[in-house]
Amino acid sequence: MYSMHQETILPAQVTQAGIASVIKQIGGFTTDHPPKTRPLAPHGKIDSVNDKRPKNLDLSTIRFPLPAITSILHRISGVFIFAGVGVVLWLLNESLSSQDGFARTLQWLDMPLVKLLVWAIVAGLLYHLVAGIKHLVMDMGIGETLSGAQSGARLVLVVSIILIALAGVWLW
Amino acid sequence: MVTNVTSFGRSGLYDWVVQRFTAVYLAIYFIGVLGFLALTPELNFATWSALFSATWMRIASLAALVAICAHAWIGLWTVATDYLTTDLLGGAATVIRIGFQSICVIVMFIYLVWGIQILWGV
Repeated sequence: MYSMHQETILPAQVTQAGIASVIKQIGGFTTDHPPKTRPLAPHGKIDSVNDKRPKNLDLSTIRFPLPAITSILHRISGVFIFAGVGVVLWLLNESLSSQDGFARTLQWLDMPLVKLLVWAIVAGLLYHLVAGIKHLVMDMGIGETLSGAQSGARLVLVVSIILIALAGVWLW
Repeated sequence: MVTNVTSFGRSGLYDWVVQRFTAVYLAIYFIGVLGFLALTPELNFATWSALFSATWMRIASLAALVAICAHAWIGLWTVATDYLTTDLLGGAATVIRIGFQSICVIVMFIYLVWGIQILWGV
């Protein structure tokens, strides 16, 4: 990528940009910002201290577009169902322990708070599943454009809300 | 090549593949189990314990448990390295992140051993 840009660099910057380019290429990664557009420190590397490109990593000040919301929900549901595995194993253990244990599990599941917790775990699982399927579809190169990502995110929300509602109907 | 000592496979590409293989397997397993529960109207202890004491179901369930551990390791590593950072938490971030990841690994090990005990105790 850089070799294309180096043709147009001013002579005074050629050496510095060339060194930076070689350093980057040896390092094995590329960037969308060719060295000529970024300030160079005296040692020839990119001067990140005086780099004026805007950078904001403060998540609390960023307005999230829909695909970002579905992405963060994918993460939150993932962390949540990891904890939920403990609850599921506990229920599985109780239900398989004996005839009485199985009856006790059904009684537990009839308690509103336990039922709500199980629904929350199933909901997290269903959302994580739907968002995960969207991930795999995008891995195949489908829906990778800006508009594709937005309609994909909408589809994930609609499908998972329907499935979560159905799971609620099924449980109650 | 930059590697990370706390990731699952010490390589992003390897983690990427493992994350997807385990995802597909877990999707099949859970759709199967949810489908069984939804399509069995009056589930009783005999049917339930017969299902989980079958050898193929033990194998499938243990595979699911192992897949959950690998999948969760990669996912929680991603979350931990994105949010438990020095930018957000200051100098103690690395200690906090290693602590968080250690707890996650201990929980995974507990799930695994507990799951084996449940499956082979039926």
